[in-house]
Amino acid sequence: MSALSHTVADAVTVTRRNLIKIKRVPDLLVFTTLSPIMFVLLFAYIFAGAIGEQNTGVDYKEFLIAGIFAQTVVFGSTFTGFSLAEDLQKGFIDRFRTLPMSPSAMLIGRTMSDVVNNVISLVVMGLTGLLVGWRIRSNPLDALAGALVLLVFAYAISWIMAYVGLIVRTPEVVNNASFIVIFPLTFIANTFVNPETLPTVLKNFAYWNPVSSVTQAARELFGNTNPNFPPPDVWSLQHPVLYSLLWSVAVMAVFVPLSVRQYQRTTSR
Amino acid sequence: MTDAVEAEGLVKVYGSGDGEVRALDGLDLRVAEGTVVGLLGPNGAGKTTTIKVLTTLLVPDGGRASVNGTDVVADPAGVKRTIGVSGQYAAVDEYLTGFENLDMVGRLYHLGAKAARERARELLAQFDLADAGDRQVKGYSGGMRRRLDLAGALVARPPILFLDEPTTGLDPRSRLGMWKVIDELVREGTTLLLTTQYLEEADQLADRIAVIDHGRVIAEGTADELKDQVGGERVEVVVADAADLGRAHEVLGGIGIGEVGVDDRTRRVTVPVSGGASVLVEAVRRLDDAGVTVSDLALRRPTLDDVFLTLTGRSAEEIDDTEDQQPSTEEVAS
Repeated sequence: MSALSHTVADAVTVTRRNLIKIKRVPDLLVFTTLSPIMFVLLFAYIFAGAIGEQNTGVDYKEFLIAGIFAQTVVFGSTFTGFSLAEDLQKGFIDRFRTLPMSPSAMLIGRTMSDVVNNVISLVVMGLTGLLVGWRIRSNPLDALAGALVLLVFAYAISWIMAYVGLIVRTPEVVNNASFIVIFPLTFIANTFVNPETLPTVLKNFAYWNPVSSVTQAARELFGNTNPNFPPPDVWSLQHPVLYSLLWSVAVMAVFVPLSVRQYQRTTSR
Repeated sequence: MTDAVEAEGLVKVYGSGDGEVRALDGLDLRVAEGTVVGLLGPNGAGKTTTIKVLTTLLVPDGGRASVNGTDVVADPAGVKRTIGVSGQYAAVDEYLTGFENLDMVGRLYHLGAKAARERARELLAQFDLADAGDRQVKGYSGGMRRRLDLAGALVARPPILFLDEPTTGLDPRSRLGMWKVIDELVREGTTLLLTTQYLEEADQLADRIAVIDHGRVIAEGTADELKDQVGGERVEVVVADAADLGRAHEVLGGIGIGEVGVDDRTRRVTVPVSGGASVLVEAVRRLDDAGVTVSDLALRRPTLDDVFLTLTGRSAEEIDDTEDQQPSTEEVAS
């Protein structure tokens, strides 16, 4: 077998191991799916009245869903760091590293199984969204493309999280640390509010924040944009799909080699 | 006989400046093919770091090491193909069954799906886990997890095996079970390097023992050779009244074959002897004659503590105590 087919086979083996865990620990799946449901319901009913139609002329639920999708899949990617830190702590990475397996397979397997997690969240959120009145107004192909942009971006972020997990090493700390970064990242954006309303510094951050472009891309592809509310005239939000994919590629170009290198020199305490 | 494992002048330093810990400080080690070497030492001595360097988990800062003639730094992938490793903590997946754990390892060794399944079943049977094989590991006892972890190290039938404290944390019965399993492996010709904190364990399993302290091998030999260095058996007396310590010292000096050790705090007097139980009887008689009231008296075989006391002038307990206050090597290690 060639090196590449070894890597693929090993990654499949590791992915399978991680997916078995999703199946055997139902609590994990319950919480993976409950929090997106909670977010959709909270935002749809709490914020919709306050910043909804009467203020913007836009159906807030339509506006909101893509933002919640983006926030949830980005948060979902922290699970990659959490799980790797846990595997490291339990000596599991030591065991894998003494096997003649491909060094990147462990990380590919981890990030791939976290894509499955995110797909589950997206489906659950989509169904919840449909229940509260959100609709896809484009066509199925575009909607699928929207979901893909979200998943690709989240996949790239999970490589950052992989690196963080291998450096920080304590699962709980990985969670808290990433929360502090991801919360502002997903709020200082066009996810839940119109960025025009933000102070200048935050506004510019929101314009160029990739979470904004991912959200904008999903909105457009789901057909949830509104002519009364065009995106700001900045390149990132005028070309949201391209800008999101550029970020995803750039993040992976940096963090895939960095994480693999870190993995190869990491060992338990 | 060729050497399956060879290490020369290994150095591994963690941290820098004041926090610098020399986990390995010029460690030399040889394991001849088909033999068992026990690496004996207290926590923080550098045992785990040694295993990690030899199994390619850590790159040493100095020195060189080879396994089966392959350099661990130059060709880690080559080393991995000839070794099996079981770490200090049973690295088995709680949520997989025993079978799934071994099957996964087999696949990662690229045995092929069918061969991986067959090997997994075979090992479960060999390690007395056949009945539990299809249950999730989270229901396993500590001993069962350790056996499964060891089975994982054997999936590809490696000629060289590394076991890091294979029985630490196990109850006495599981420990005996583990010894039996390891003993059988070794009889089939596997080369084994194991680490342990217990002289008894090294004694039971190893052909040769290397005593390690502060990242260096400070003594090496067969169990008997080491015990001879320590002075074999010793008589240990605890006097009821501290005022009797001087007289007890004198009496034991008369029957011993080495220097008498006195610990004022515990009122304990110790002396190396030869001759077994008869010396003990003699000691009782003479102490009685001298009017010394004894609260405890025993003939002891050497322990790891004795080996350490003799080789380093400190007890293993003291070493552990001082290293609890600073980060121990194992904690910094990583």
